[in-house]
Amino acid sequence: MTKRIWLLPWIGFLVSLPAAAAWQVNLSPGHTAIARDIHDLHMIIFWVCVAIGVVVFGVMFWSILHHRKSKGAEAHHFHENTVVEILWTLIPFGILIAMAVPATATLIRMYDSTEADLDVQITGYQWKWRYQYLGQDIDYFSVLSTPREQINNEEEKGEHYLLEVDNPLVLPAGKKVRFLLTSNDVIHSWWVPSFAVKKDAIPGFVNEAWVIPEEPGIYRGQCTELCGKDHGFMPVVVEVKPQEEFDQWLADAKAAAAEQAASAEQEWTLEQLMQRGEQVYNTSCAACHQASGQGVPGAFPALAGSPITTGDIDAHIDIVLHGKAGTAMQAFGSQLNAVDLAAVITFERNAWGNDTGDSVSPQQIAERNQ
Amino acid sequence: METTLGQNLGDTHHDHGPASGIGRWLFTTNHKDIGTLYLWFSLLMFLTGGTMALLIRAELFQPGLQLVQPEFFNQMTTMHGLIMVFGAVMPAFVGLANWLVPMMIGAPDMALPRMNNWSFWILPFAFAMMISTLFMEGGAPNFGWTFYAPLSTTYAPPSVTFFIFAVHMMGISSIMGAINVIATILNLRAPGMTMMKLPLFVWSWLITAFLLIAVMPVLAGVVTMMLMDIHFGTSFFNAAGGGDPVLFQHVFWFFGHPEVYIMILPAFGIISEIIPTFARKRLFGYASMVYAIASIAILSFLVWAHHMFTVGLPLAGELFFMFATMLIAVPTGVKVFNWVATMFRGSLTFETPMLFALAFVVLFTIGGFSGLMLAIAPADFQYHDTYFVVAHFHYVLVPGAIFSIMAATYFWLPKWTGHMINERMGKIHFWLSFVGVNITFFPMHFVGLAGMPRRIPDYALQFADFNSVASVGAFIFGFSQLLFLYNVIACIRGGARATDRVWEGAHGLEWTLPSPAPYHSFSQPPVVK
Repeated sequence: MTKRIWLLPWIGFLVSLPAAAAWQVNLSPGHTAIARDIHDLHMIIFWVCVAIGVVVFGVMFWSILHHRKSKGAEAHHFHENTVVEILWTLIPFGILIAMAVPATATLIRMYDSTEADLDVQITGYQWKWRYQYLGQDIDYFSVLSTPREQINNEEEKGEHYLLEVDNPLVLPAGKKVRFLLTSNDVIHSWWVPSFAVKKDAIPGFVNEAWVIPEEPGIYRGQCTELCGKDHGFMPVVVEVKPQEEFDQWLADAKAAAAEQAASAEQEWTLEQLMQRGEQVYNTSCAACHQASGQGVPGAFPALAGSPITTGDIDAHIDIVLHGKAGTAMQAFGSQLNAVDLAAVITFERNAWGNDTGDSVSPQQIAERNQ
Repeated sequence: METTLGQNLGDTHHDHGPASGIGRWLFTTNHKDIGTLYLWFSLLMFLTGGTMALLIRAELFQPGLQLVQPEFFNQMTTMHGLIMVFGAVMPAFVGLANWLVPMMIGAPDMALPRMNNWSFWILPFAFAMMISTLFMEGGAPNFGWTFYAPLSTTYAPPSVTFFIFAVHMMGISSIMGAINVIATILNLRAPGMTMMKLPLFVWSWLITAFLLIAVMPVLAGVVTMMLMDIHFGTSFFNAAGGGDPVLFQHVFWFFGHPEVYIMILPAFGIISEIIPTFARKRLFGYASMVYAIASIAILSFLVWAHHMFTVGLPLAGELFFMFATMLIAVPTGVKVFNWVATMFRGSLTFETPMLFALAFVVLFTIGGFSGLMLAIAPADFQYHDTYFVVAHFHYVLVPGAIFSIMAATYFWLPKWTGHMINERMGKIHFWLSFVGVNITFFPMHFVGLAGMPRRIPDYALQFADFNSVASVGAFIFGFSQLLFLYNVIACIRGGARATDRVWEGAHGLEWTLPSPAPYHSFSQPPVVK
């Protein structure tokens, strides 16, 4: 008994396995026709592998059990057999051809992105997604909304930890949506497992993918191509709405955009700009330059006390608008509206003891951003 | 294979022993000394890269950021991959080739002994430089071992230049090692040792060496293009300058796919030596084994874009690379069937090297199965860049390549040291490694299928349970490698005297030499009948 005591933890582990039935071990069937086809392919090839494994490992374990020297087994002396060798070359070949046929058919369907009802351009940025509804005047960014405190274990993690964003991509159910994917900086990859859509977003390229979402609901995925520091923190969230709700959302989004444009004309006080600027800073700048404005030595420069944020105001505006070639500093002129740009530059010139007292107006930004 | 040993009968040749002191190791041109250097270097790198892996697994034990920040996490995954591929697995196989190829073909030494010294001594400098980047401002390379542009060019830390130079040095080392292996095998075979009598380990290394010569220059080319982009204003991979980031991936994987076979073909050779020994039966289908290795090597040049199914290849390209990749399953299957047929109706015993070899056959085959699944292009859209891929390549590399290296060490160590290994300790090491490796990597299939991307420092809550399991397994596996270190040192320092043949079923020229093998083997060529 005592000699077998080391078995106990393993027995415990095995006994606990049924309790683990809720742990997801397989691909989900998904929520589109293509996703289900792919799931079927996955299961077929899986069972083919299991069947081959049972035969091969079966023979192997049979030999291990029965042809062992300790049981008096004598070695036989055959070492080739042309018929057998040809057979076990041809049979796998046949299985592979049988697999290739449905795989090819599915792939051909996946590549048919014609006749889309709606086109959405998806652009990857370090570390957020931009969604532009082509021909609809709707253009916005989608950023992780999980609070920093949850990531740093200072707060309890929410149900959709790391898989939640401020503005999800909104799509109509039952319509064919074509995605045009590209990137602003490094390569990203846009993946929603339920749709079986995964396509790389590559600078200088426009890739295509498509989906016909069937059921309204919220579908979550992640960036799947290493894209730098916050690669693990740029989720994809898609909200599928019934057509009427989608139309309503579209109208609301257009109205909000118009309102936003109008706000660029009004006067903003330093205090208002600072307040708004801090929010913009936290979503667009803090990932690299840090909330403290101290940056990351060697990788991302500090803004606190920097000659840019405390020196010539036009030079500061230019670098924010146009980025800095050859570095990770993006051109925010095409990402943020004039109010947000004015606010964030004002914030950077006055936060962390920079205290220049400068205030930048949206009109000033609009002028330099011609 | 009957042999007579001319050298042992009335040999009047004056025997030069090793030089004394550190000079022996710095200036040595002896294949055994250089083999030993390679193997110790590899073990050191294995433990270094393994420590990084444990740091990664410790961070991933629970969701949230606990131990490291994302920047450093990315440096760890990158350095772990580079060190394991270029520092642990490849030098270990070169070390084994150095020790074994001359003894197996009846040669006195490698054909190009001074170059042999040089190709080893480049490596410590290359790795010292690469590891030193961890202490540079901006940190070590953080773009993954596949270093995709433009993350590794425009967006890379300044240390990328040191990484490029280190890769160049590793490439030079590998190419020189490969030239040496080819020259040795083609020129220094004993009389009667025809090509189709070569031990399979020698065959597998001959083919591997050609792969190395074919693809290491491609790697050198791609890192040089990066260097030009970073420092000399070219735009090979910079879309803003008219360059093409996807070109990087094509060139990289044209190197990268043969590279993964460079890390597995010598393992096939090792397993093909060990299984017949402990089955006491000749290898089944020797000729088909040779042809299978050659087919795998040729096909390895035609499948590179299966790593790129989601980059937006045209349909025809996807189909071609899917079919070509599936085809590799055929020769790989032949090898597995041959190993099983060798065991069938043999007279099996289960010493430590055999246990590692058997685990290799089963677990490498599981890695092959997931490889076949990944080859199905439509399904790959779901698997690509998830933990399913991580599970797949760790199954082929850890219980594949690494287990074969451990099997080889336990198998030939008595010949090298003159002492038998401690079987009991060897078996404990085996079982801990076997259990640890499966607890670590099997759950990665599950989290990958459930949707967890690779190379992330933090993850959603539904992946938490299996990640904890994998981390526990990693620590079991990692710490049990200290037993391997102990076993090797113990075997060098003492143990039961090994006979010349060592293992009852051993065949081949190396077993005709005394144990430990003399400093110079086969000064007079043996005659192989």
